[in-house]
Amino acid sequence: MHIKEGLKERHTLSVTVTNEPGVLARIAGMFTARGYNIESLTVADITEDDSISRITIVTAGTPAVIEQVVAQLDRMVPVHKVTDLTLLGDHVERELALVKVAGTGDHRIEALRLAEVFRANVVDTTISSFVFEVTGASTKIDRFVELMKEIGLVEVARTGIVAMARGKEAI
Amino acid sequence: MPKEQSGANILIEALSDLGVEVIFGYPGGAVLPIYDALFQQKRIRHILVRHEQAATHAAEGYARATGKPGVVLVTSGPGATNAVTGITDALMDSIPMVVITGQVATHLIGSDAFQEADTVGITRHCTKHNYLVKSPETLGNVIHEAFHIATTGRPGPVVVDIPKDVQVATAPYKKPGTINHASYRPQVKGDIKLIEAAVEMLAAAERPILYTGGGIINSGPAASQILRELARITGAPVTSTLMGLGAYPASGEAWLGMLGMHGTYEANWTMNQADLIVCLGARFDDRVTGRLDAFAPKAKKIHIDIDRSSMNKTVRVDLPIVGDVGHVMEDMVKVWKARQHTKADLSAWWKQIDEWRAKKSLSYPPSTTEIMPQAAVQALWNATHKKNPIITTEVGQHQMWAAQHFHFESPNKWLTSGGLGTMGYGLPAAIGAQLGNPNALVIDIAGEASIQMNIQELATATQYRLPVKIFILNNEYMGMVRQWQELTYSSRYSESYSDALPDFVKLGEAYGWKGIRIETPDQLESGIAEMLAYDGPVIVDCLVAKVANCFPMIPSGASHVEMILADDQVSGELDDEAKALV
Repeated sequence: MHIKEGLKERHTLSVTVTNEPGVLARIAGMFTARGYNIESLTVADITEDDSISRITIVTAGTPAVIEQVVAQLDRMVPVHKVTDLTLLGDHVERELALVKVAGTGDHRIEALRLAEVFRANVVDTTISSFVFEVTGASTKIDRFVELMKEIGLVEVARTGIVAMARGKEAI
Repeated sequence: MPKEQSGANILIEALSDLGVEVIFGYPGGAVLPIYDALFQQKRIRHILVRHEQAATHAAEGYARATGKPGVVLVTSGPGATNAVTGITDALMDSIPMVVITGQVATHLIGSDAFQEADTVGITRHCTKHNYLVKSPETLGNVIHEAFHIATTGRPGPVVVDIPKDVQVATAPYKKPGTINHASYRPQVKGDIKLIEAAVEMLAAAERPILYTGGGIINSGPAASQILRELARITGAPVTSTLMGLGAYPASGEAWLGMLGMHGTYEANWTMNQADLIVCLGARFDDRVTGRLDAFAPKAKKIHIDIDRSSMNKTVRVDLPIVGDVGHVMEDMVKVWKARQHTKADLSAWWKQIDEWRAKKSLSYPPSTTEIMPQAAVQALWNATHKKNPIITTEVGQHQMWAAQHFHFESPNKWLTSGGLGTMGYGLPAAIGAQLGNPNALVIDIAGEASIQMNIQELATATQYRLPVKIFILNNEYMGMVRQWQELTYSSRYSESYSDALPDFVKLGEAYGWKGIRIETPDQLESGIAEMLAYDGPVIVDCLVAKVANCFPMIPSGASHVEMILADDQVSGELDDEAKALV
C-alpha cells in the first residue's frame, strides 16, 4: 500500500489576532495538529496599543485543504479576520533578508556591484566583510543569495513574507 | 469599589453568579486555596470523584443530561493531565464544559516545580479555548468569558489554569455585564437567502432525507421539537448519527434508525439513493459516510451547522448554511409555510424505503441457551422505557447494541462517547446525569472491559447515594476489537480476551452496591426487575453470548450499500487499504 497526496497550491493568508500570550503557539499548533503546511510565517503587532497582531502565513495544500485552513483559523477564539490574499487576487508580497558576505579584493568589489544591481543596502562593514539588507519578492532574495554564494556568502537571515492586497481598501 | 477578596473567593463568586450548582473535582496541592473557599460556602456542591478523568466524564454526563455546562476542578500536574482524556472527549462531542485547573505559583512556572505541567500547552489542542490567569484582577472576567465560550456557538471544553498565588492574592470582583467579545462571535442565525434556497430544494426533492446529529441536542429541546415539525410538514424520512439519537422519536413514522457503520439497512440505503440530503447539526463523520467516494452519489447536499469548519471538511456540499441548527430549522419551517408548500408526494420513495425496512437488518440469530446481547438490551428497554430513563454507555459492541435496540423518544436521554470513543465514559457520565436529574432512572449499559476503566467511581455513587444502575453485557472479550479481528485478521484474537475478570457482584458489594448476576435467558427479566426494584446503586453482571457480532456493519473502506448483515459470512482477511482505515 502507498499513501497518495493531491495537487497542492500555494496560498498567502493574512490573519489578524488578539495580541495575547500563546496566540502564535495556538495558530502554529493548529497547523501541525491538522497536518497543514507552513512555508512562511511572520507576526508583529500593528496597532498603537499593541492589541492586535497581523500574521502572514504562506501555506500549501489542495484547494479543499486551503478552504479548511481558512475555516479552522477563522473559528479560533482570538482570531479576528482571515483573508486569503491569493484567492482575493492581486497582492504584493515582500521579504527582507540580511546577507553576510566575506572576502577581499575583487570579491569585495563584485559584492558591492551586485548589491547595487539588487538595490541592497550595506548595513554593516568590516575590512573583509559586508552585511547587506535586501528587500523584495522571495525569488529576488533567492537569486541574490545564490549569486553571493560564489563571492563568499557567510550567513543569511530572512524575515519571511509580509503581504498586502493592492488597491485602496483594507482587508 | 467592591471589597477585595482572594482569587479563590472570586472564583466561587463568579461560578455562583453563573448559576453553577455542582462541581466535579479532586483536591491537590495547587488547588488547596480553592478547596478552602469551597469549604466555607454552601451555594456550590462539590462532588468528589476518585480519578480526575471521571470528573470530566461526570461533568459531560451532567451537561448532556441537563443542557447546562459541566464544571470540573482539579489540581496541577497529574490532576490536569488525567483530565485531558475527558476534555478531548468533550471537544469531539461538542459538550459545554469548564475545567478549572490549579497551577504552581506564577514565579515557579517553568522551573519544573513539584506537580508542574504546562497545562495550557497540553490542553491547547483539546480545548475550544484555554487561559492561564496571571492576576486575580482578571480572574472574574476570565471565568465569565470561559463560560460564554464553552456554552455558545459550537459548545466545547474551556480550561482555566489558575496559579496558586493568584488564588491567594486579592482583588475586587464585580459581576461583568453582557460579554461582547472582540473576536469570538458565533453566527447563530442562518442567511435567509440560503434558507429559502434550502426550502426550495427540499420542496422539489423526490427522494429527500433528513440526516440529523448531536447539534440538534446541543441547540436545546426546542430544536428537537422543530425537527419533528420539519419532518411532519415535508414528509421526509429521518435518520440520525449516534450523537443525535432522541432528537427525533424512535416511535415516529419517519424514523429510519441510526445510520453509518452500525446503522440500519434502511437508513444507509436511503442515504445512498437519496436525491437530497439535509444534514442538520451533524458533520459527515467517517463512521457515518463509509467510503467517501461512494457516499450518497446521487444526492444534492445541504449542510446546516454552527461551525463553519465542518462545511466541506470531508464531503463537498451544495448548500452550506452556517448557523444554529434550531434557528435555521425554525426559519425553514416558517419559509416553507409562508410559501405554502405542501407535502410532496413521496409515496414511491416511502415504498422503496419500506422494502429496505423489510430486510429487518437489526435481527440476530436467536438462542435459547445463552443470552443474546441484543436481547438483553431489548429486555432492558421493555422493562424501563416507560420510565423515560437516561442511558449512558461505555464504548464498543454494547454501545452499538444499545444505540440499535434501545429506542429514544426525547433528547438528553442518551449519553455516549461518540467522537473520541472513550472506554470508561459511562459510569462517571451516569453519576453526572443522576446528579443533574435526581429522580431519573439512570443506567450505564456497559461492557466488562470498558467498565473497568473507571470502576473506582463505584465509590463516588456510594458516597453521594446515587441510585445509578450498571448493566454489564459480559462476553469476556473486548468485543468490538474481537469482532474486527474476526472480520479483518482471520480471527487472530490478539490480546482481546478479558482474562482475570473480577467477580462484579462481589466487587459491587465491596463498594456498597447491590450486585446481581444474570446467567441464563430465563433469569433476564427477573434480574432486570430485581435491579429496578432496588432503591440504590446496582451492578448487574449479565453473561451474554461470547462471540456475537454487531450487525449491520459497513466494513472499513466500504460504502453504505456494502453492508454486512447478521446472516452473511464474515470471517476473513481484509487488504492493506482497508486495514489502514480506522
